[in-house]
Amino acid sequence: MAIEKVWVLAEAAEGAPTSTTLELLTQARSTGAAVEAVAWGPDTASVAGELGKYGASTVFDVGADADALPGAPVAAAMAALISGGQRPDVVLVPATYDGRDVAGRLSARLDVPVITNVVGLTTDGDEVRSQHSLFGGTQVATARFTGGRPWIFVVRAKSFAAEPGDGAAAQVVPAPVPDLGATGTATVLARHAEERTGPKLDEADVVVSGGRGLGAAENYAMIEELAKLLHGAAGASRAIVDAGWVPYSHQVGQTGKTVKPTVYIACGISGATQHMVGMKGSKNIVAINKDADAPIFSIADLGIVGDVHKVVPKLIEALKSRS
Amino acid sequence: MNVVVCVKQIPDPAVPGALDPTTHTLVREGKLILDDSDAYGVEMGLQLAEQAGGGEVTLVSMAPNGETSGLRTALAMGAAKAILVSDDALRGSDALATAKVLAKAIERAQPDLVLAATESTDGYTGTTPVQVAELLGMPSVTFAKKVSVGEGKVHVERQTEAGYDEVECPLPAVVTVTAGVVEPRYPSFKGIMAAKSKPVDQLTVADLGLDPGQVGAAGAGQEVTEVVAAEERKAGEIVVDEGNGFESVVAFLEQLKVI
Repeated sequence: MAIEKVWVLAEAAEGAPTSTTLELLTQARSTGAAVEAVAWGPDTASVAGELGKYGASTVFDVGADADALPGAPVAAAMAALISGGQRPDVVLVPATYDGRDVAGRLSARLDVPVITNVVGLTTDGDEVRSQHSLFGGTQVATARFTGGRPWIFVVRAKSFAAEPGDGAAAQVVPAPVPDLGATGTATVLARHAEERTGPKLDEADVVVSGGRGLGAAENYAMIEELAKLLHGAAGASRAIVDAGWVPYSHQVGQTGKTVKPTVYIACGISGATQHMVGMKGSKNIVAINKDADAPIFSIADLGIVGDVHKVVPKLIEALKSRS
Repeated sequence: MNVVVCVKQIPDPAVPGALDPTTHTLVREGKLILDDSDAYGVEMGLQLAEQAGGGEVTLVSMAPNGETSGLRTALAMGAAKAILVSDDALRGSDALATAKVLAKAIERAQPDLVLAATESTDGYTGTTPVQVAELLGMPSVTFAKKVSVGEGKVHVERQTEAGYDEVECPLPAVVTVTAGVVEPRYPSFKGIMAAKSKPVDQLTVADLGLDPGQVGAAGAGQEVTEVVAAEERKAGEIVVDEGNGFESVVAFLEQLKVI
């Protein structure tokens, strides 16, 4: 049975589709199948143009309560569309907080499995195979579904390049939410945005990250200063996020963000698997660490074996004197 | 308040992982330990039960081989008892099958709150707790970095792309916690001794009223077809800092036209 229709779970932030949404639409379009998006929230009508440009002919607008956590209502609306006759062969879901909630709920509702942590997809006739990075990226596994459709893939950010096509704005079709019972009772009371200056971590051209080698929370300031001087974003290893030095939103790695900047500068990061998975796709990697045996040096294009407390301040001074 | 904490016993992450060459599933022979990520849920459960002034923490876990060493660690922290679904038929279960088994086992404990980690350290699928919630007809809040309970509701600070949301939902509910939600206690000597005699209720798939064909490799709707070595990223130039290491970085950034 050929792959005739692909659904993409479309997320929006600040009035625009997220970069991962556009990556998934581009990938869906490349299969030659019909592409439709499923979106929620107040922005759906305003993002329909952009979703269309990247390949969606239709966007199903889940008219959920704006304060409801999206997982349950969006999955229920998708399941209702399917039982109402829609037949997506493949559902692509971004590996985000809400995306994973929707995928898990949809899987249980439809009684079909879900494949997560996808970093690549290949379509060959009636088959779709997914690629997965294992053991810190040293091995690549290929997986496929053996049962009924739809096949739900949860895909990591930056797995594909986003390229606009020439499609017209997607047609907005309402997708009502059925009665959810208790599952729909999780409500957002307040939203807190952490203050951010400069580019987003996963969109920045330059990322400067700090790890446990910084020694103390206050030393993270030099990571932020260096990032600012390079017009980049400041990242962190899981170790210092867990230690409470910096907020989780800075975390790069398996359980944090995936980044692929032009330059990644790792300061005082040894290179645990957990971290490397999130940054080894960077075009150029600079590592500064006092331990010459640190695993990070095995993937660095330029490795400085030295104390971050000495090297980074001098680097900051040198950059300041240039501007 | 009664809390169920879903825990997973995994191969020691410090030992390099391996895949079975035929089935391409993770090799789980040898000693299994409590997944580090689960210690946060156990600690959170213990604290919430204490704050509520009563109730206990029940562990729910699934393993193909009757392994209990990881459960004993969590019992030593203070959990009252464990339900372990152990059955050869579970070998090769995917996330949805795992969720079906856990959901049936959780129903037996009749909890007010179900806690789990956001994802396991070995498989990191990250969907099982939400699948459990859907199967149990409960609301769920994932990625909690703070959890409190009061007046029949759970209040969560949930991580988001931008920062965090304050989310509330009525109990019973499923909540997944991140590392750092609380600082897990170390089991005391007394706790370790007490854990040895705490009840571990071992159940089979049939005991739960599930069809063995729904779980394990037989029920898995997915398979790994191939595993190959990834293209290696080559190490580049290494400079030992003797006071001017920063100059190499500046030159490198210039060459890339970043500055």
